[in-house]
Amino acid sequence: MVATRLCWLEKFDRMHYIKSHIRITNGTFFKDGKKVNSYSDNSEDFAQVIRAFYKEMDISYPAFYKMDNLSKLGFCAAELLLKDISWQETMNENELGVILANSSSCLDTDEAYFATICNKEAYFPSPAVFVYTLPNIVIGEICIRHKIKGENMFFIQPEFDPEFMVSYIDNLLNSCTLKGCIGGWVEFYRDNYDAFMYFASRENAKGDYPVHNLENIKKLYTTHGAIN
Amino acid sequence: MKVMRNVYISATNVLTALGNNPEAVMSAMLTGECGIHLCEDPAPFWASRIDMSSLPVDLSEEYTRFERLIINSVSLAARNSAVDLASDSTLFLFSTTKGNIDELPQGRRLKLHESGAFLARYFGNSQWPVVVSNACISGTAAILTGKRLIQSGQYKNVVVTGADLVSSFVLSGFQSFKALSEGPCKPFDSERTGLSLGEGAGTIILSAENASSAYADWIIAGGGISNDANHISGPSRTGEGLQLAIEAAIADAGTKGFTREMIGYISAHGTATLYNDEMEAKAINAVRLQDVPLSSYKGYWGHTLGAAGLVETAMALESVSAGKLLPSLNYSSHGVSLPLHVLIEETATSSRCFLKTSSGFGGCNAALLVGKI
Amino acid sequence: MEQLIEDLKGQIIKALKLEDVKPEDINTDAPLFGEGLGLDSIDALELIVLMEKEYGIRVENASAAKSIFTSVRTMADYIAKNKK
Repeated sequence: MVATRLCWLEKFDRMHYIKSHIRITNGTFFKDGKKVNSYSDNSEDFAQVIRAFYKEMDISYPAFYKMDNLSKLGFCAAELLLKDISWQETMNENELGVILANSSSCLDTDEAYFATICNKEAYFPSPAVFVYTLPNIVIGEICIRHKIKGENMFFIQPEFDPEFMVSYIDNLLNSCTLKGCIGGWVEFYRDNYDAFMYFASRENAKGDYPVHNLENIKKLYTTHGAIN
Repeated sequence: MKVMRNVYISATNVLTALGNNPEAVMSAMLTGECGIHLCEDPAPFWASRIDMSSLPVDLSEEYTRFERLIINSVSLAARNSAVDLASDSTLFLFSTTKGNIDELPQGRRLKLHESGAFLARYFGNSQWPVVVSNACISGTAAILTGKRLIQSGQYKNVVVTGADLVSSFVLSGFQSFKALSEGPCKPFDSERTGLSLGEGAGTIILSAENASSAYADWIIAGGGISNDANHISGPSRTGEGLQLAIEAAIADAGTKGFTREMIGYISAHGTATLYNDEMEAKAINAVRLQDVPLSSYKGYWGHTLGAAGLVETAMALESVSAGKLLPSLNYSSHGVSLPLHVLIEETATSSRCFLKTSSGFGGCNAALLVGKI
Repeated sequence: MEQLIEDLKGQIIKALKLEDVKPEDINTDAPLFGEGLGLDSIDALELIVLMEKEYGIRVENASAAKSIFTSVRTMADYIAKNKK
């Protein structure tokens, strides 16, 4: 299928800025372009990697262990993203949104849940697994942890689509009550994981945040954070 | 803030156990028919299912059950719309929680974007479709997303369509939650014991052009989405999250000249679980809409998950535009702690504006204001 | 009974993914819900699955569950009485 994209016709009123960004890939954790943790010995063993990162964060949040892999990944991504950016100083809890996407939805967890029901001789449907068989639960976990109450959505796409994400978030920041929005890609399937998350903001108090636009988001996603 | 263009409703369709289009479904609802029946899986459970043999578009074995529902729903809606489904200025926007989940473990198009692309191609559309999967608010939220995409100027038309099956996967999960009703569900009733699952599909074709035959001048006036930030499966006890979403929807609709006082009907989420209905009553009272006529359609065909927001918005539109509000089925004694104006019989209305509310796992809430300008 | 209690603590930790909790951290008579382990409604449902999986005991509804799952001891007592 030939995919074509219509370029949009209306210019937006103002620019928005990328206050912070993170990337989690191949056992390595980046924040604002700098490597903050690396578990390259076991980079393919997601359970080990994410557990080690959780321990290093030193936050004591027992609900973490109940999460499925997708939620653990998104939770840690958000924890790293929101560290030290004090977003509550410039906006209320209902003025921050969360827009995430991935390609596999929660298929990894669907398979785990299916394993609890597919054998009629050992039929024990697990409510603790079933509750995670919706991709937006990762957003729920992030919102609970950080008390975020603004607009939230989960999209399913074949691959990270920076054009869609940038235009959607710009639209929200322009047209409704949001003053900030977390955007990104949180993908997990059978130990293949990739997370990219950023904080888009209306304000640029420091004056040196990169502009929230297609070129910059693309660059951040593909170069693991290096910009300029 | 610049003035945003109007987003009109070009045409709709619903597929439920009560019929294959809004007129047929409404006629059935007016007789008090309940589409929720005792099924066997092998153990008995109450749900509504669609009779696939009654669907007009004949499709080969190549298409999954979920895809048949979508193709039929979109095809039927398109018959009443001038929108060109294959145009580059038309986007397909899918809403579903589980898509082709009955294809597990190894089956076809288990990834939702694969099914989305397959379906868009069926209609000759080469734009990358958008797929929303956001629990039970998916349908309502997808309509709002479609509105945003038209208002941003990226598309002239958006075909918002969604479906979900009654699958062993989902059924077993809700059984493990002990969330299912014994018998057809009873939204807002004091004897309610949980939800009933329903199979359903819904389509709402949105357009920047006001060219509808059935729904001229009807627009998606405003919308809002929020998160409770409280628990991943239990609704907030205060209803604050849904209250935020409703207030955002009202504020948004204010830019189109709609006010809270103009809301003449509420199509509630009303799943008939103990906690949802109580939470929803709190939210509706908090926004001072407890005197507005309200019903939940879930007593008629159950909870259609990713299709619910679409099916219920389409039916609310059908009913309000026809001047006849439909009662909330299986409700006889008020079972929430705050007042609501739950309809118990067909009620005439001259209102040109209604509110749709939805809530879902993950603590999400969505509200839409739909009105005639 | 003591062995059952020990086994049960291990099973609870595993079923509810209480990874930072050791069996000796769980007070046999302390309330499982509310304070302490911070269990919620989904944990209660998962304990119902545990009862069936490990002991063949069916807990039919939420009200029965509440009294059975008050503490590890009440769970053990119930299992000892009803185990298949």
